[in-house]
Amino acid sequence: MLNRRKFLTAAGLGASSMALTGCDVFDNQLRIGAPLRSFLENANDLTLHAQHLLAGRDSLAQEFTEADIRQPMRPNGVTAPNDEFYKGLMAKDFADWRLEVGGLVEKPLTLTRDQILAMPSRTQITRHDCVEGWSCIAKWTGTPLALVLDQAVAKPEARYVVFHCLDTIDRSLSGEIKYYGSIDLIDARHPQTILAYGLNGKPLPVENGAPLRVRVERQLGYKMPKYIHKIELVSSFSSIGGGRGGYWEDYGYDWYGGI
Amino acid sequence: MSATLRSTEIAELDPLEKGPLVYRQSAWTRLTHWLWAISLLFLLLSGLQIFNARPQLYIGLESGFTYDNTILRIGAVDTQDGPRGFTEIFGKRFDTTGVLGWSGPAGQERQRAFPSWLTVPSYYDLGTGRVIHFFFAWLLSATLVVWLVASLLNGHFKRDLAPRASDLRKLPRDVADHLRLKFHHTRDYNVLQKLAYAGVLFVLLPLMILTGLTMSPSMNSVLPFLPDLFGGRQTARTIHFVVMLLLVVFFFVHMAMILAAGPLNELRSIITGWYRTDPPGPSAPNTKRGA
Repeated sequence: MLNRRKFLTAAGLGASSMALTGCDVFDNQLRIGAPLRSFLENANDLTLHAQHLLAGRDSLAQEFTEADIRQPMRPNGVTAPNDEFYKGLMAKDFADWRLEVGGLVEKPLTLTRDQILAMPSRTQITRHDCVEGWSCIAKWTGTPLALVLDQAVAKPEARYVVFHCLDTIDRSLSGEIKYYGSIDLIDARHPQTILAYGLNGKPLPVENGAPLRVRVERQLGYKMPKYIHKIELVSSFSSIGGGRGGYWEDYGYDWYGGI
Repeated sequence: MSATLRSTEIAELDPLEKGPLVYRQSAWTRLTHWLWAISLLFLLLSGLQIFNARPQLYIGLESGFTYDNTILRIGAVDTQDGPRGFTEIFGKRFDTTGVLGWSGPAGQERQRAFPSWLTVPSYYDLGTGRVIHFFFAWLLSATLVVWLVASLLNGHFKRDLAPRASDLRKLPRDVADHLRLKFHHTRDYNVLQKLAYAGVLFVLLPLMILTGLTMSPSMNSVLPFLPDLFGGRQTARTIHFVVMLLLVVFFFVHMAMILAAGPLNELRSIITGWYRTDPPGPSAPNTKRGA
């Protein structure tokens, strides 16, 4: 009893002194890799498992009507890649662009834009939710990723789909950092997960990720890379980039972005 | 001395005319109270961190970029006197330099919706804010479930919180007593206390959890009626913010009441469970429930 009382009093005093002196007392404990931070991050796995359990494989994100599209899709992140290679592709209207599908697949693919356009498509009016807090409704058209995965035939050990992008989002001592991201095979095979090439009835604009970006409608915007040129199936993403599964994840965002 | 007394009967004989010491709060109530206190503190500080990423609130399904559905915005503008912070509510702008919009140590001020002393981490870090927020959101929700089950089983809910017919009759008197800062120390909560606690536990916290879940795109696929119920994801985000303000108001009233009613006695009851009631007498209200 006394010990708990002491503990609670200490906790209360600690909390109130923190409120008085500012909130920097935990800063060092919250950096990536710090034990406290790693402990708190377990909540993201709990969220992932709880939401997978509740949502199942195929629960659909809300779809809206044409009347709900009230504005152009707000572009975010990189909106005009400054990479020479990308600018070269753009100058020829992406005629030379190819989508590579590789990694843990039986049949690696190289698809042209026309080949992707010739595949069955899905059009959906959905709400894009940015991790920052804003939302924007737009109509997306694209090829279900499941169809591409069916063609390539995932090997049994494949667990994640990694999207490699053409845009440089950052620079480090070791060179340019291109945007990348990853999702699991459950979301990759979700009926609304499409490789989008159309936005609001027109070809996907550069600012929104031309020629191809992914839509993962049950997750937040940072999980939907733009300017995709390579899809890689892996069993683990620990050796890619910073090892946390995506550009923003390497900076501390949770890998699972369903909340 | 008297803290060692465990029997109301003996305590009633206290020559110092203190009222009996009664066992008021069960271990479940005390434990969940402190888990909520810690959770809500960190949810607030990390929530303000998250808000800083988009310091703007909207009404509707989405955020208007080419049309205006903003009801609150915190930001900074350059003026002839240097940068100034502002808070805009329903289109009406207030200068809030130093606290909202533009703040920081002298010489290091920067654009920031909520100041660093109100966010965790203190520096801008949306990703970490979210890690903290969701950890404590789980803790808060789990604590709420544990408390609900315990309170139904141990009678706390029925005995202490559920409103009775007599509560309505006592309400005007209770309001008048609170306004005169006249507090009765009894085993039972007074009517306003019941309303405040039940309001937080059965209205504000569930509303907070539901509007929080409404912002989750994955949960939208499971419970699509939630965004419809709240009038869209962005309205839900606005409600989440407003309920936060109500919880902050509750916290300050809660603190004021504790200070006014006798902080040591109140703190003892939520730490050890034991509470000193008013001495029995003709003027004192009933200190014991009818047995």
